[in-house]
Amino acid sequence: MTDATANHAPEARTRSSLLEQDERTRRRNASEKRFRTYGAVAICLAIAALVMLLTSVLGNGTSAFFQTYAKIEVTLDPEVLDPKGNRDPAEMSKVTTIGYGNLMKKAFPASLQAAGVSTEGIDDKEVGAMLSKEAPAQLRNRVLANPDMLGETIQFWALANGRIDGYLKGRVSMASAERDGNVSPEQLQLADRMRASDMLEKRFNWDFITFPDASELRPEAAGLGVAIVGSAYMMLIVLFLALPIGVAASIYLEEFAPQNRLTDLIEVNISNLAAVPSIVFGILGLAVFINYAGLPASAPIVGGLVLTLMTLPTIIISTRAALKAVPPSIRDAALGVGASKMQSVFHHVLPLALPGILTGTILGLAQALGETAPLLLIGMVAFVRDYPSWPVDGFFEPASALPVQVYNFTTRGDPAFVERASGAIIVLLIFLLCMNLLAIYLRRKFERRW
Amino acid sequence: MYDMNRVESAVTQDEIKISAHNVQVYYGEKQAIKDVNVEILDKTVTAFIGPSGCGKSTFLRCINRMNDTIPVARIEGEIRLDGEDIYDRRVDPVQLRARVGMVFQKPNPFPKSIFDNVAYGPRIHGLARNRAELDEIVEKSLRGAALWNEVKDRLQEPGTGLSGGQQQRLCIARAVATAPEVLLMDEPCSALDPIATGQVEELIEQLRADFSVVIVTHSMQQAARVSQKTAFFHLGNLVEYGETDDIFTKPKDSRTEAYISGRIG
Repeated sequence: MTDATANHAPEARTRSSLLEQDERTRRRNASEKRFRTYGAVAICLAIAALVMLLTSVLGNGTSAFFQTYAKIEVTLDPEVLDPKGNRDPAEMSKVTTIGYGNLMKKAFPASLQAAGVSTEGIDDKEVGAMLSKEAPAQLRNRVLANPDMLGETIQFWALANGRIDGYLKGRVSMASAERDGNVSPEQLQLADRMRASDMLEKRFNWDFITFPDASELRPEAAGLGVAIVGSAYMMLIVLFLALPIGVAASIYLEEFAPQNRLTDLIEVNISNLAAVPSIVFGILGLAVFINYAGLPASAPIVGGLVLTLMTLPTIIISTRAALKAVPPSIRDAALGVGASKMQSVFHHVLPLALPGILTGTILGLAQALGETAPLLLIGMVAFVRDYPSWPVDGFFEPASALPVQVYNFTTRGDPAFVERASGAIIVLLIFLLCMNLLAIYLRRKFERRW
Repeated sequence: MYDMNRVESAVTQDEIKISAHNVQVYYGEKQAIKDVNVEILDKTVTAFIGPSGCGKSTFLRCINRMNDTIPVARIEGEIRLDGEDIYDRRVDPVQLRARVGMVFQKPNPFPKSIFDNVAYGPRIHGLARNRAELDEIVEKSLRGAALWNEVKDRLQEPGTGLSGGQQQRLCIARAVATAPEVLLMDEPCSALDPIATGQVEELIEQLRADFSVVIVTHSMQQAARVSQKTAFFHLGNLVEYGETDDIFTKPKDSRTEAYISGRIG
């Protein structure tokens, strides 16, 4: 220290006891304590928001996984269901759900009587209306799958009407039934009697996951099957397009590209693309893939392409970060033993960057899975009841997507769709959770010390 | 300054392996190396000494064209390996680096097994026709790097799990495995403790039998112990180059004298 600075040095502190805090220390400790409190409050707020979200979704949505079914003894009359009598499913499929509906209309009151449940005060038509309009289709599918059942009397759990289901779940009450044109208090009383004799019960609803969407009039039959398949197809397309393109682009930009204005420009634009609102990608997809390239609307291929464009910047940015994080000493070591640039990248740098690349890719996919806005624009919002076929043909056939299905359910009038929207959100969240767990697992597995 | 266990210092070779002529290196606008002329002998240990930032590492990295990876670096003049200009347009740096191996300041084994670390060079250069030959090369290289006895029972364990000194010897084994003619060492002992340093120095003396070794070091004692020829760099200039004994006992340049007596640097 020179003399000049020594002259300006602060005077020596007056010696005080270590046992009591001086003013400065007190203030410093107080500000530290305040900061910790802010942090704790922020975390509490975040946790509270998460808990509220989960309670609301789980509270509304869990019931979507349970559905009310009514037990029916139905005799499968070969005269009606297979007029030609040759048990050929192709021939039998000519009998529509109306034929099955007529069978059930007779069978349902009959099985009630057989079980000793009184149907006094209600005509048979009203009793029949307690079943879902989807129930005949349910029976038909079952018969077509197994034609040998014809002629037998089978026990069949038929979907109950949405209002009856709502009554069992507490959504519909006697008071609301008075004002409701779709259900009468007498039907609800019958439902009570059926429950007492085990003819009506709530069961786990696999159909919610496997069934396609249903019309506004039959919420009890609405499922997520087509949406799950559509989302899965789109994820496949995104994975197979975005991962190779994104990783190749990142490796080129990070390791091989010359450092000049052009690469700077490309870098800036990639960062900007990551911030472009997703609906803009939807408009782009509509203009380029549907109007210009002539790909079919509502098809997973278009959705997949749009989501690929949206995911690419995320993957490129995370891959470049992962490549940058590989220590240069590894590159030097590889070059030092005479490896070419490409050998050093593919033998040493890429394996070390792999956990980061995979994590980025999966998080990008998860983001794409939850994306709704661009899909609305390219027609994935359409009402689709037919499953797309297996890939690759299925990529070009209409399908729905999970987040769009949630949106669809929420726009419908029947209150029964509220639980179905929440149920769809639960399925979506489970998918996202699985993808994040996979990301964590892969990172742990491939992580290596260096 | 002179250690008791210093090696034979007489220069026994006169065959020139590398000759540099009027080498200038620029990092952007800044000139890092000015007019360096030096002739490095075969089967000799040559030490580059000098204060930090004097350009000794930069010059070392010119010899196997590692500076090519730095976009702003520019090299003028010529460096000849066995009479061939290594900066000729027709020279592929990858081929050059197979003949001029390098060991870095910080041990940098690949995050692979010990075996794969050593076998990597021979594999990419196709030096082994089958697994038995590869095993032989790996064993020979590890023996050459005085590491075989310590690791022979755990060749499949990761190279990053070894101690610092072992890692550096593994890196030397890796460099030796590609059968280079010149071995460049950039402060190979700066991250090692005195015992590991002693082992590596012993190793350098053995390597002299087969290679031309060029070592950059901050430690003048080390230069005096292991080398036969010494070059003193200062501010990008090669100030003095001669037999190690002469440099340390009767330096011709006043700057050299100042450095070895601890007045600059």
